[in-house]
Amino acid sequence: MFSFLPTYDQLEIIISALLLLTAFIFLTQNRISNLITTFTWQSILLTIATTLQAYGNVNKELYISAAITFIFKVLFIPYFLRVFVKKLDIRHKVSNIKHPFLLLMGAVVIVLFCYHLVAANKIALNMNSNITVVAMAIVLLGMLLLITHHKAISHVIGFMSMENGIFFAALVATNGMPMAVELGIAFDVLVAVVLFGVFFFHIRSSIDTLNVDRLNILNERVKE
Amino acid sequence: MVGYMIWVFALLQTILFVAAAPLLSGLVKWLKCRLQNRRGSSILQPYRSLKKLFKKETIVANNASFIFHFTPYLIFTITILISATIPLIIANSPFTYIADIIVLIGLFALARFFLALSGLDIGTAFGGMGSSREMMLSSLAEPALLLAFFTLAMNAESTNLSTIIQHFITTKHLLFSPSLIFTALGFVIIAVAETGRIPIDNPDTHLELTMIHEAMILEYSGHHLALIEWASQIKFMIYCVLFVDLFFPFGLATSLTLNVIGISCLALLAKLFFLSFTLSIAEINLAKIRLFRAPYLLSFAFLLCLLGVLNHIILEVR
Amino acid sequence: MLLLTQITVLITIFAGIIALLLQHWHRLAKFFSFALLGLSSCLTIFIGSKTLITQQTLTWQMVTAFPGLNWQFTLDPLAAFFLAIVGLIVLAITFYGPAYLRGYEKKRSITNMLLCTALFVAAMYLVLLASNVFSFLFAWELMSLSSYFLVIYLHENSVNRKAAFVYLLMAHASGLFILASFGILAKFSTNLDFISIHLAHLPTLWAHCAFILALIGFGMKAGIIPLHVWLPRAHPVAPSHISALMSGVMLKIAIYGLLRFVFSLLGTLYWQWGVTILIIGTVSALLGVLYALMQHDLKKLLAYHSIENIGIIFIGIGLAIIFMSTNHPVLAALGLVAALYHCLNHALFKSLLFLGAGVIQHQIHEQDLEKMGGLIHKMPHTALFFLIGCISISALPPFNGFVSEWLTYQTTLQAPMLSSGILRTLLPISAALLALTSALAATCFVKAYGAIFLGRPKTRQVRHAKDPTFSMVAAMGFLSLMCLVFGIFPVFTINLINSIPQQLLGTGLITTKNWLWLMPLTGNTTTYAPLLLCFGVLTIGGVVFWLVSCRPSNYAKKIKDAGYIPWGCGFGKIGATTQYTASAFAMPIRRVFKGVWAVTETLTKDNGNFEYNLITEDWSWRYFYEKLEKYLTFIARKIAYIQSGNVRIYLAYMFFTLLLLLWLVI
Repeated sequence: MFSFLPTYDQLEIIISALLLLTAFIFLTQNRISNLITTFTWQSILLTIATTLQAYGNVNKELYISAAITFIFKVLFIPYFLRVFVKKLDIRHKVSNIKHPFLLLMGAVVIVLFCYHLVAANKIALNMNSNITVVAMAIVLLGMLLLITHHKAISHVIGFMSMENGIFFAALVATNGMPMAVELGIAFDVLVAVVLFGVFFFHIRSSIDTLNVDRLNILNERVKE
Repeated sequence: MVGYMIWVFALLQTILFVAAAPLLSGLVKWLKCRLQNRRGSSILQPYRSLKKLFKKETIVANNASFIFHFTPYLIFTITILISATIPLIIANSPFTYIADIIVLIGLFALARFFLALSGLDIGTAFGGMGSSREMMLSSLAEPALLLAFFTLAMNAESTNLSTIIQHFITTKHLLFSPSLIFTALGFVIIAVAETGRIPIDNPDTHLELTMIHEAMILEYSGHHLALIEWASQIKFMIYCVLFVDLFFPFGLATSLTLNVIGISCLALLAKLFFLSFTLSIAEINLAKIRLFRAPYLLSFAFLLCLLGVLNHIILEVR
Repeated sequence: MLLLTQITVLITIFAGIIALLLQHWHRLAKFFSFALLGLSSCLTIFIGSKTLITQQTLTWQMVTAFPGLNWQFTLDPLAAFFLAIVGLIVLAITFYGPAYLRGYEKKRSITNMLLCTALFVAAMYLVLLASNVFSFLFAWELMSLSSYFLVIYLHENSVNRKAAFVYLLMAHASGLFILASFGILAKFSTNLDFISIHLAHLPTLWAHCAFILALIGFGMKAGIIPLHVWLPRAHPVAPSHISALMSGVMLKIAIYGLLRFVFSLLGTLYWQWGVTILIIGTVSALLGVLYALMQHDLKKLLAYHSIENIGIIFIGIGLAIIFMSTNHPVLAALGLVAALYHCLNHALFKSLLFLGAGVIQHQIHEQDLEKMGGLIHKMPHTALFFLIGCISISALPPFNGFVSEWLTYQTTLQAPMLSSGILRTLLPISAALLALTSALAATCFVKAYGAIFLGRPKTRQVRHAKDPTFSMVAAMGFLSLMCLVFGIFPVFTINLINSIPQQLLGTGLITTKNWLWLMPLTGNTTTYAPLLLCFGVLTIGGVVFWLVSCRPSNYAKKIKDAGYIPWGCGFGKIGATTQYTASAFAMPIRRVFKGVWAVTETLTKDNGNFEYNLITEDWSWRYFYEKLEKYLTFIARKIAYIQSGNVRIYLAYMFFTLLLLLWLVI
C-alpha cells in the first residue's frame, strides 16, 4: 500500500503521477500559450524529481543535471518559444480535433498498453516499481501530440515532451544518465530548438503558413 | 449503554446538519460580499428568508398534478436521509449502514428525477429548459462521480462511507497518494456541477433563461419553495462535508468521549471555513461558462477520476 | 411435480386449441383461452418457485417414431427461474388481454391471435424445459414462428409487413447460428442430450467457434448491438400485450439460451469470452439508451430501452465469466445473481411500461410523444403505475431496478481481486459507462413521462382519454406491486436465485437469514437496507409534512389553487405549444453526443411558415445491413446465371453430375 512506503518513494510516485497529468493536459489544450505553460510545469516537476533523486541517492552529478534542466527547460526554452510565438504572430487554434474526448480515451488506452508491456516483463527488466510505465507513457503521449496537432510549433513542444519522458525514464530506471550523455542530449535539444526557429521563418516565407498539412504542396504528384 | 448513546448522537448529528445548512450558504455569500468590498447581508440571512417563505401564501397553478405537490416533501426528505448517512462529527454513525455510497448516488438521482418531472409538470418553457439542462449535466457528472467513489472504495475495500473514512483516518497518510489527489480534483469539479455553483450555474441570480436549478423551480412558492431551497442548501453542505470527510478526515471522532467530540467539532468548523473561503475566492474570480462548454469540463473531471483509478492500479497496488 | 409440469404445458396448448374450436363465439373463446392461460401461469409460478426452493432436478423423456429424435425435458433451477418469470408476466397479460382485445374484436377475428399467443407461451415453456438439441431447436422455431404471426397481426399496413419480415428473417438467422453451434457441440459428444454434451471435451479452437456462433445466434435474438435492428421495428408494430410478452419474456429466453450454452454445455470457460460479453454489453447499453433518447414514438423508445437492459444483463454475465475463469467462483456467483435479478426486474418493468403504452394507444390512438400531454389528469391510475415503471427502469431506489444495478456495481468493485492489470482497469470503466447509461435512461424517462402525462395537452384527442377498465389497471397495478416487492425484499429474492449459481458454478452466495440487510459478500461491510430506507423516507416525510402543512400556527399556510394560470412571462395566457417538446428536451444530449446518430435536420421556410424536420437514424442499418443486403443481392444475381430456364440445360447439369459421381465412387 502507498502509505507504508518511505516518504521519498511516496514523493516520487506523486511527481510521476503529476507528470502523467501534464502529458494528458497537452492533449486537451487548444492555445499555444497554454501548451508552453504546461511544458514549463512539466519541466519544473522534472527538476524537482531530479533534485529528489540527487538527494536520495547522494549523487552530486544529478544536482548539476537538475540545474541544467531548470535553466534550459524551465527558463530558456519557454522564453524562446514565447518570443517565437510573438514574432510569428500565431493566433489561431492549434488543433482541430473533432472529438477531444475520444482522443483522451485513446491516450488512456496507450497508458494501459504501456502498463501491460511493463507488467508482463517486470522480472526480465529487473524493476521494482511501475514508474517506468509513466515515463514510457509520457514519451508515447508526446508522439500522439505530434500526430494530432497540425501547427509546427506544437510539434516542437511534442518533441520536448518526448525528451522529458526519456530523461525521466533514464532517471528512474538507472538513477540518472551518465553526465556526458546528459550534456550531449541537452545541447542537442537546444540546437534543435534554434534550428526549428530558423526553419520556421523559412517555411513560413515559402508556403505562407505553418500548418504542417500544407507541406503536402511539396509532393511530386502531377495534379490533374 | 454505548449502543444507545450512539443512536442519540447520530440523531443529534442529523438535526445539526439540517439546521446548520443555511448557515453554510450564508457564510459563503457573506465571504463573497466581503471579498468584493461590499458589506453584504448577515450570515443568518438564509434563516430569515426561509422563515419568510414558510409564512407566505403558497400558490399553485391550476394544472398542477400530484407530482407537483409531492416533490418538495420528497426532495427534502431524501436530502435529510442522505445527510443522516454522512459522518459529520462522529465517524461511525449507525445510519451509514442503511445506505452506502452507491445508494447515495441513487438517492440523489431520485431527488433529481422528481425535481425534473415537477419542472415539466406545469407546462411552461422555463421548466422544460431547466429540467433538460439539469438532466444533461447530471448524466455527464454521474460516471465521474462513480469512478471517484470507486477509487475510494478500492482503497478501503468497502463501499460503506464510515468504513472508508475510518480507513483513511487509520492509515495516516503523510502525503496524499496520487489517486487521491486526482480523485479530489475530479470530485471538486463534480461537486461544483451538482450543487450548481460557478462556473456551471450561478446561484446568486434568478434569471431563468440562463440558470438551471432556478428554472426548474420557477413555479414553486411559499412553503414548497422554502422546502426546496432548504434542500438545495443541505445538498451543498452534503457535498462540502463529503469532500472534507473523504480527503481530509483528520479530527473526526472515532469514539464517544467528550473531548474527542469537541476536537471533531472544532476541526469541522475550521475545515468548513477554509473550504468556504477557497470557494468564495474561486467564485469571484471565475465566470459562468457557456452551457455547451460544461460537458468539456465534466469530461475533464471524468478524465481526472479515470486517471485516479489508473494511478491506483498502476502505481499503488503491487 | 412432474405431472404438474406436463399438465401446465398441455393446458397452455389447449388454450390455443379451444380458441380454434370456439371460433364463432368470440367472447367465450376469449374468456376460456385467457382463463386457461392464467391457470397455466399460476401453475408455472408455483412450479418455478418450488423448484428454486427445493433445488431438485426432474427429467423425463418422450419417444417419437424417429430414431435418435426423442423429446427430452429437464426442470432444473435455471429453467425454473425463467419459468417463474414467464408465469408472472403471462399472469399480468391474462388480466390485461381481454379488455385490450375488445378494441380489435369488431374489425377482425381474434382467433388467430389467441391461438398464436397460446402457442407462443407454450413454445417458451418448452424451450426452457428442453434438454436435448432436437427439442430445444423445435421449441425455438415454434417460438419464432408463432411470434411472427403475432407481430404481423395488423397486416394491412405495409410498414408492419416489412417490420415483421425483418423480424422473421433475423429470427431464422439466429436459429441457424444456434443450429451451427449445436452442430459443433454434437460433433464432439456421444449423444445429443445436454448431459452428455456437458461431459464432452472440446478442443480450444472448436470451443471458441462454438461460443462465437452461439453468441451471434442468441445475441441476435436478445438484441445486442449491432444485431438489434429487428427490435425497434417489430415491437412498435405488434399489439401491446404481445410487445410486453416479446420484450419482457422472449428476450429473457434468449438470455437463458446463452446461459445454458455457456455455463452448462461448454464446460470450461475462458476469460476472453467474459471480456467479449462485457464489452458487447457495455456498448449495447450505452448505444441503446442514446438511440432511445432521440425517439419520439413511445414503443420504439421502449424497444431501444430493452436493448439497453439486455446490455446490462450481458455486463453481469460477462463479469460472471471473467471471475469464474480466473478462479473466483463466489464473485462469479455474485455477477450471475446480478444478471439474473436484472432479468426478473426488466421483465417486470418493461411489461408494465408496454402495457401502459397499450392503454395510451387504446385511449387516444396515438404513439407519438409530441402529440400527447396532460394525461395525468385524465388517467391518474395509469399515470401512477407508469411512473412506478419509469422509476424502476431508471434504477432509482427503493424499486427493483436499483437492486440489480447495485449488485452489478458491487461485482465490478471486486476488480482488485483479478491479477491482470488490464482487466482491473476494464471493470471500473465498464461500471462508469453503466452509470452514464442509467443516468441517461433517467433522462429519457423524464422526457417520456413529461411529454405524455405532464404539461398541457398538445392535441385534441387527449381530451377524450380516461382511465381504462379495472382489469387493465389491475394488471399494471400487479406488476407495479411486484416491482416494489422485489425492490424492498432483495434478500428473499437472492435466496431464491442462489440455487442457480449453486447449480451452474458450484458455489452460491452465502445466504443469510437476515431479511433486512442486503449483504452479498461477508467480510466486506457493504450493506443496503431498502426496507429501512423506505421506512426512513416515510417517517421523515410524515414528520415534515405534519410540521409544515398540518400544524396550525403562525407558519400555517393554505394552498389556494383556484384558477391560477401558469406564469407566461407577462404575456398573459400562453398556449400549449410553448411547452418544451420531447425533442427539445433531448436536444442538449444530442449536441453532446453528436456522432452517435445519423441526423438529418432540415428547416424550410415557405411564405412565412417554417417547417422543421429532424430524422435520427441508426448507423448500423445504413452502413451494415444495407451494405450486407447489396452484397448478398450481388452474389445472388451472379449465381442466378445458372438458372437459365432451358430444360435441356438442366438435363445437362444432371448428366454431368451423374458422370462426376460415377467417376468418384467407382
